[in-house]
Amino acid sequence: MSIQRDQSLMAEPPVAAIGGGTCSPAPWKASVVAELAEVVRNEAVNAEYRHLVANCSEEAARAQPGQFFQLLCPQPAGEQPFLRRPMSLYGADPDRRQVEFLYKVTGAGTRGLDTLRPGDRLDIMGPLGVGFTLDPNWRHIVAVGRGAGLATLAPLAKAAKANGTQVTAVFSARRPGLLVSVELFHRHGADVIAVTDSEQTSGPANVERILRRHIAEGRCDAFFTCGSSRLMRVQQRLAREFGLPGQVAMEQQMACGIGLCYCCVRDFNVNGEIVNRRVCWDGPVFDLMEALP
Amino acid sequence: MNAAINAGMRAAADVDLSVGIGGLTLRNPVMPASGTFAEGLEKVMDFNRLGAFVTKTITRELRAGNPLPRVVERPGGLINAIGIPSKGVPYFIEKTMPHYAAYDTPLVVSISAPTAEGFASLAAELSVPGIAAIEANISCPNIEEDGKAFAMRAESTEKVTRELRRATTLPLWVKLTPNTGDVPEVARAAEAAGADAVVVANTILSMAIDLKTFKPCLGNIMGGLSGPAIKPIVLRQVFQCAKAVKIPVIGCGGISTAEDAVEYMLAGASAVQVGTATFLQPAAMTTIIDGLEAFCRRREIPRVAELIRGVVIEETDEPDLAWLDPVP
Repeated sequence: MSIQRDQSLMAEPPVAAIGGGTCSPAPWKASVVAELAEVVRNEAVNAEYRHLVANCSEEAARAQPGQFFQLLCPQPAGEQPFLRRPMSLYGADPDRRQVEFLYKVTGAGTRGLDTLRPGDRLDIMGPLGVGFTLDPNWRHIVAVGRGAGLATLAPLAKAAKANGTQVTAVFSARRPGLLVSVELFHRHGADVIAVTDSEQTSGPANVERILRRHIAEGRCDAFFTCGSSRLMRVQQRLAREFGLPGQVAMEQQMACGIGLCYCCVRDFNVNGEIVNRRVCWDGPVFDLMEALP
Repeated sequence: MNAAINAGMRAAADVDLSVGIGGLTLRNPVMPASGTFAEGLEKVMDFNRLGAFVTKTITRELRAGNPLPRVVERPGGLINAIGIPSKGVPYFIEKTMPHYAAYDTPLVVSISAPTAEGFASLAAELSVPGIAAIEANISCPNIEEDGKAFAMRAESTEKVTRELRRATTLPLWVKLTPNTGDVPEVARAAEAAGADAVVVANTILSMAIDLKTFKPCLGNIMGGLSGPAIKPIVLRQVFQCAKAVKIPVIGCGGISTAEDAVEYMLAGASAVQVGTATFLQPAAMTTIIDGLEAFCRRREIPRVAELIRGVVIEETDEPDLAWLDPVP
């Protein structure tokens, strides 16, 4: 039973496990596992982002686009991150039993991740949350992302290809050198339009122009977005105007990651009523029209 | 099934993990702490293995909870100010309870109210089939006592417990606060007023400030510290309370391993609640249950209940100086 692996995760295992003594008669199986994954690669992809690949169990590698993992980050020198860190899935390969994450070193947790080398162990817990949904009838979708949102949208490219859906990705960054996932999207046959602050192409007005063109050409059956409230609002406006569906992956500070603590709540507009939802459990992917910035 | 596994299962059956808590017999002494448990944990662990379920605290009215940020981490623990978000009693009975009906595990409902009368009417309303015990979270502000938590004073604890006792025949567990000078005195008051058990304790009132912005880290300014950082403090309070009362004491504070649970039981706890550890290791409770069983087997203790109040306090004329020359 996969859950038994948890015993090896304790910093100091309490006592030796007794063979046969922990069998449960119930036909129960964990669908969320915490396990020690083996780091295969952990290297810089540009000036800001690092790419981490780890060997894991089949259950973990079955993670779907938009889902996330809670990582128990190693302690960097002089710091003691206590909680796990939520990290969106950048890639999952059930055949090779691997998961991938893309991260930016910003605090104690990610500084800890930065210390990992190939062969090191990383305690991962997942897959967690509600991911993206792809309608088999969609011919063409548009994914709009900025910053870390590009990583969250990345697994969509592969899933859309398998679904027979064409993707246009509008990627926004401060400057061209900070764009990530472009090659990955190209590999899966997606069109990528890059907009940047340094080239003054990333403003909402320009992005709106691009999106309107796609809608007019019949190349937008649905919106997918992550990483920018400003760009989300543009898509909400267009989705309302043209009656298009959409999904947004939201972020929030988290503690447990499985809906227990209610730390990660956000407000959503559901049919005109403001309701609280847990990003970790009810999301992180939500209906575009219900999301509030 | 081969002979070796058969032998292993027989050996497992040799350790009796059951404990009695104020009118209830639990299959083992491990249960979640209120506020750190919900249906989602079913994805991680077999609910039929837990000693009991303990719900998030329920209030009569709908509550949204505190402003964000609601949590901040510190070395060895976290400070939370969630603020008891609650969907109210009807939602709990209609939507939440059915989730737990399928399991052979007692359901303990945690309740909170701003007045003693409010506590009593909530307990009466929730005294329905399917609920095995009521845990009164009396760490919330008492509006009749100028906002001081009920459990900060023996008098208000006695009053609210007496009202609760009149309102329900279900086993009544009273959850005390560590944020008071004399927890054993408060535990005695709960016992005198008819509590079947006391839960010692809740989170420790605390604060954190962001050095970049000079602002408090939590939207609520102050919050409750939990996690390994608080274990020695609450363990001491459990020890003191177990000496002060005859009813069972349920230990709650920083328990993340089977060794922590054993320590709590030796200090006087009849059962333990696990909270923050679940956030770090989602299957912490089942790991602790397995570890308790293995500990007992290793020490040839046939019943885990024998650990309760088992701490050895020796009076001696000779000071023990062994610690001056520790063996590596």
